[in-house]
Amino acid sequence: MLPIYERTLAPGVVLRAVQTNKFKTSMLGITFLEPLAEDTASLNALLPKVLRRGTRNHPDMERLSAALDNLYGGGIEPLIRKKGETQCIGFWGSFLDDAYVPGDSRILESAASLLGEIVLEPAGEGESFRPDYVESEKANLVDKIRSEVNDKLQYSLSRLRSLMCEGEAYSIEKLGSEDQARAITGEALYSRYRDMLATAPVYLYYCGSSDPDRVEAAFRAAFASLPQGQRKEIPAPVALAQPKGEVRRFSDAMDVSQGKLTMGFRTGGGSSDLDTVARFMLFNAIFGGSTNSKLFLNVREKLSLCYFASSSLALSKGVLLVYSGVEFANFQKAEDEIMAQLTACQTGDITPEELEAARRSVVGSLRVSLDAQGRLEEYWVNRFVTGTAYTPEELAEAVEKVTLDQVVETACQVKLDSIYTLRGKEG
Amino acid sequence: MIKHTYERIGETLYEETLENGLRVYVFPKPDFGKCYAFFATRYGGMDTRFRLNGQWLDTPMGIAHYLEHKMFDTPDGGNALMKLSAAGASPNAFTSSAITGYHFECTEGFWENLRTLLEFVSVPYFTEESVQKEQGIIAQEIRMMEDNPGRQSYRMLLESLYQNHPIRNSVAGSVESIAQITAETLYHCHEAFYTPSNMVLCVAGNVDPEQVCDLAREILPKEAKAPIPRDHGQDEPREVNLRENSKVMPVAAPLFQIGVKGQPAQDGPGCLRQKLLGDLTCEALMGSSSSLYSKLYTQGLINSGFYCGFMDYPGCCFLVAGGESKDPAAVRDAILAEVERIGREGLDQGLFDRMKKAAYGSFVRGLNSFENLCVEQAQAYFEGQDPWTFPEIYDTMTRQDAEDFIRTWFCPQQMTLTVIRPVEDPA
Repeated sequence: MLPIYERTLAPGVVLRAVQTNKFKTSMLGITFLEPLAEDTASLNALLPKVLRRGTRNHPDMERLSAALDNLYGGGIEPLIRKKGETQCIGFWGSFLDDAYVPGDSRILESAASLLGEIVLEPAGEGESFRPDYVESEKANLVDKIRSEVNDKLQYSLSRLRSLMCEGEAYSIEKLGSEDQARAITGEALYSRYRDMLATAPVYLYYCGSSDPDRVEAAFRAAFASLPQGQRKEIPAPVALAQPKGEVRRFSDAMDVSQGKLTMGFRTGGGSSDLDTVARFMLFNAIFGGSTNSKLFLNVREKLSLCYFASSSLALSKGVLLVYSGVEFANFQKAEDEIMAQLTACQTGDITPEELEAARRSVVGSLRVSLDAQGRLEEYWVNRFVTGTAYTPEELAEAVEKVTLDQVVETACQVKLDSIYTLRGKEG
Repeated sequence: MIKHTYERIGETLYEETLENGLRVYVFPKPDFGKCYAFFATRYGGMDTRFRLNGQWLDTPMGIAHYLEHKMFDTPDGGNALMKLSAAGASPNAFTSSAITGYHFECTEGFWENLRTLLEFVSVPYFTEESVQKEQGIIAQEIRMMEDNPGRQSYRMLLESLYQNHPIRNSVAGSVESIAQITAETLYHCHEAFYTPSNMVLCVAGNVDPEQVCDLAREILPKEAKAPIPRDHGQDEPREVNLRENSKVMPVAAPLFQIGVKGQPAQDGPGCLRQKLLGDLTCEALMGSSSSLYSKLYTQGLINSGFYCGFMDYPGCCFLVAGGESKDPAAVRDAILAEVERIGREGLDQGLFDRMKKAAYGSFVRGLNSFENLCVEQAQAYFEGQDPWTFPEIYDTMTRQDAEDFIRTWFCPQQMTLTVIRPVEDPA
């Protein structure tokens, strides 16, 4: 069992620290939680990019990089994530653990202090960011949003989410939209920044060899000037229990060699409680979330229709997505087979071997996350965003106890909402 | 069994060569619950022409990768991928230009999983029917790559850099070339290259190294075979094949790669030093801490997706720098201008020292990943290198070495530029 410590440093400011000697790196990060919203998504996404350009003490990228190089090539990078209908805005830092630093062995304090400086002391005159930094990062953000089309699978999934969940916050992508990004002004960005610093729930994270008291002291010192006062509650997603009506079909054409078939399902409402999460994880592994899944075995191995056919869950939002890359001519065949496999799950056509294989795969991957720093961080941020605190070990234990009947019952809650296909141009 | 201790990086490594010629490496990891095993053969996408039983064979492009897919079929009609994942392991495999590797990670049942790995990789089982069936799956994998602009750009880069060297071969082949693959050719390739003396087994985890060797002795063939002669084509000229190359795809902005063709060092240790120096020099010249990077970033010619690094394969080595840019040729010209300036003024000593520190830190941080440890070790073994001596090699590197590297590598006739252009871009 990996010890994890939780400390509340101020109202709405929580530190979770995992103490372990087994990694050669320490990881530290800060995340602000904001509800995904059309008018703020692009502003929020732009913030860490502008902050990362320079601070009062290290006013440009060259000097900031030099400071990081002196900490043995440490990294502090902007990180924007979408978790359900929450936008997570922040930075993750990765540094050589003190045990491997030649000579004087205290990197943690310097690393935390640099992180605090980046978040709290941006380069710029008075109450503003440097206009050239805002303009250049704004251009980069617009390019980044536009270049989402380069990855045809991610693009298709993003189109599916926005069409299927039109009118729901979930339809907003983590970087917002090109139009919103273009409309950003320096003033609006700075005021969003002050507002976020003062009101958004803050999640601090550490994983490394230092003891929690030392970690807490380092974070307290680094973030001493973070505004005090009451912060907002952690945002909660609004999940539809059922599809809005008949299955909706959407499609785009592009100059591509391979078609993408993506299907969006509703899972009967959102949930984050231990037992429901355990049941859905097991169901998903049987259906399309593992190499032993029905989708992999049938759509790929039996029918040779594709190289990949998988499913993934956003349970807090109550959404399940299925995706595959297939020949345009095989869209219908693949869709029929995917639906047939869902029906098989719903009617209990699951062998004891399938059930156990899926269980071993879920439990194995939860246990492995204890040994991988990045996955562990992801695990804990998911817990924080959903207001839960169970450990990977507890979740693995819950998965061990799920029965076949519970899997079938879970599968029966899954209903098809929308289908999106990316096809080639005619002729 | 030989025990290597690398005190500066806190690693221990056991090494054994079995009677059949198989090299075994074990990294003991007593603090971890997970284990990782990597079983690889020195056989990849560039080994299409070789001599077996006195006869030269020309095999279709993409066959090593096809063989990797088909190895998972077992004589009892089962599939090793399913078997491993049913046991809670996360198995996978990859084929590069030079090697094919099979691996799994697990937290329980390690010995049973290792047995499965050694068995399925050493026992070929193909039928014409099963070989045929795989064509649909791999064809979709190839189609997926055809739509991936990063992959397409890299393929074009290799074809522009090299005239003869089989690094030009697409590892997966084409839909046409894989159509020629038969069960018989697959058996020939397995016989030639999947022999223990051409393979390596690397394990990281809390396991007994002797027991790993014992299991390998029990399962794998007993005899050691002589190496198979391979034909990697005519000698490669110093100059690149094409100075510029471009192609239109549905992307948002131009994606580019700049390649610099080098001459591989004479022996393994020389190649390792060349690789470390190459990466370090790239960082000093155009990495995120360099003044060139800041300049290009500020001018909006590159964004944070810009990357650069050293690549090496048997008989060839090159540098790659790339990203997204509205004017790729201007990026190349700026690199050449910076090379000229460094030729006149030399590299900044402070920057060079910081780069060494940072390179050391990032190398040590890479040791966190079991996969990285084992794959690096396997590749280094095939190349006759000891990668974990990097701290000592960095000690001996001077600014002068980096300046010499820049001078000898960055000549226009050894450089190529490939660009993926957006559809509507008239250029």
